Amino acid sequence: MNAPTRPIFFDALRRNKSTAIAATVALGIVLAALPFLIGSHLGNSWLRILDFALLYIMLALGLNIVVGFAGLLDLGYIAFYAVGAYLYALLASPHFGLHLPVWLIIPAGAALSGIFGVLLGAPTLRLRGDYLAIVTLGFGEIVRIFLNNLNAPINITNGPQGISGIDPIRLGGVTLAKPIDFLGITVPSLHAYYYLFLALALLIVFITIRLENSRIGRAWVAIREDEIAAKACGIDTRNIKLLAFAMGASFGGVAGGLFAGFQAFVSPESFSLMESVMVLCMVVLGGMGNIPGVILGGVLLTLLPEIFRHGAGPVQQAIFGKVLLDPEALRMLLFGLALIVVMLYRPAGLWPSTTRRREFRGDAA
Amino acid sequence: MLEVTGLRVSYGGIQAVRGVSFHVADGEMVALIGANGAGKTSTLKALARLLDAAGGSVRYRGEEISKLPPHMLVGSGIALVPEGRGVFPRMSIVENLQMGAYCRDDKAATAADMAHVFALFPRLKERAAQLAGTLSGGEQQMLAIGRALMSRPRLLLLDEPSMGLAPIMVQKIFEVVRAVARDGMTVLLVEQNAKLALQVSQRGYVMESGTITLTDDSAKLLATPGVRAAYLGE
Repeated sequence: MNAPTRPIFFDALRRNKSTAIAATVALGIVLAALPFLIGSHLGNSWLRILDFALLYIMLALGLNIVVGFAGLLDLGYIAFYAVGAYLYALLASPHFGLHLPVWLIIPAGAALSGIFGVLLGAPTLRLRGDYLAIVTLGFGEIVRIFLNNLNAPINITNGPQGISGIDPIRLGGVTLAKPIDFLGITVPSLHAYYYLFLALALLIVFITIRLENSRIGRAWVAIREDEIAAKACGIDTRNIKLLAFAMGASFGGVAGGLFAGFQAFVSPESFSLMESVMVLCMVVLGGMGNIPGVILGGVLLTLLPEIFRHGAGPVQQAIFGKVLLDPEALRMLLFGLALIVVMLYRPAGLWPSTTRRREFRGDAA
Repeated sequence: MLEVTGLRVSYGGIQAVRGVSFHVADGEMVALIGANGAGKTSTLKALARLLDAAGGSVRYRGEEISKLPPHMLVGSGIALVPEGRGVFPRMSIVENLQMGAYCRDDKAATAADMAHVFALFPRLKERAAQLAGTLSGGEQQMLAIGRALMSRPRLLLLDEPSMGLAPIMVQKIFEVVRAVARDGMTVLLVEQNAKLALQVSQRGYVMESGTITLTDDSAKLLATPGVRAAYLGE
């Protein structure tokens, strides 16, 4: 296995400070230039996909706290995304005639989702594994069905039609929905959203890294490894588990709020079980518990279906001279195949943490 | 140090522990022996607050602890070595030991205690960076005891430390338990291996179907015909 090459690369970064700074600067430049490169070469549809990839990274990192760190299998995670999105939609749209500012709604969405996280966590404290999965699955569906049906007797969510005309995100009086002139450069809307999402995704990455290396992070891992032993070590497993649910959920709430502002439309359809499963796949396929792996999973699983969608037609054209199978139908088939192949050949995920890699290789030392 | 009166534990409608009373004095090693299913582990779990007792009282250094949440016990000086070892499999030996000191923030003293644990179990030191899940059963038991010691307990609760281990490993582990007790640790030992438990302890309690049927000095219990017949295979 050629796995050692990557750790050596990262070890070099860790040991050599100037290399690390150079690598960070290079990454920064790439990330800053990315929307312009993609926008000019691939067009706006790919830019939108890029923006969505950042939202999914936030979701995957949030779910990673619950599933990857604390080991609590959550199949209803998208409910927190829904809570964040609907809170934004209700507080900044013509639906109620409210137009509150973003800096208020996004933190409120994070807080409300966190509370929902505790609401889900509290009754399920004694559950693990498959039992917990079933309950969380139910929770996710309950939230979606509520959103679907809360249009009568009082119309709160506008039911299956969803809420449209949501205010675009405005920062300091500047709306991101229109091109922005910044120091003589015109930043188109999709680019502006990209930078905002990137900033928040980086913030979430930063928080996650700090959490992972904290007492709380170690307590999460201890609970995942052996709950009784964790209690015997003096860990307050109840509060630490609730904290995992709340933290993970709040990241989802932030992503949800951004989603609502970006899309200008929310409906219960966006928060189906399939979405929860998708985010879980990102975490598992990328490398559960490993932050770079989870980010990679988020990017890949957002891009792959789109690549298949756009690529399946032309490839068939080139090989058979005509399109035999509808790319739309083929896309999920290929996607499923890709998942199976990855899980067969890299069971610990594409980019697992060092411990998991060791474990799956069965190394003694 | 530990005073248990009328402790009861039920699973659903079934009473596993039916009003058990015993005590452990400061610096003493006490064995709780009995056959499989006698209620020994349930008793210990209730003491460590991993189970809710259905009734009775548990006083530790004069204070009632039967209603405390489990994580509070470690801070007050009680450490449990769970049944079936319960190490953190995907953490290294050092990380496991550090988790044992989770409730402490004195770094220097923690490091000294880790050196002490490594002195007790040199085998753990040799494999300090190895993942706990890849250790042998005996080594995991050593690690579990070492981790419990890392919280600097006054009272050590040991749940079946000999379970599933090779005789040579059992000997080694009991040597260390004896050494720890000699240094002044109070130990409550739950064991199916009655002979060994009574050999290392000062006093013993015999448990049968949820009640304590016999108690005496360990040496005397070892000589009691009923105990010999029932638990020592004679």
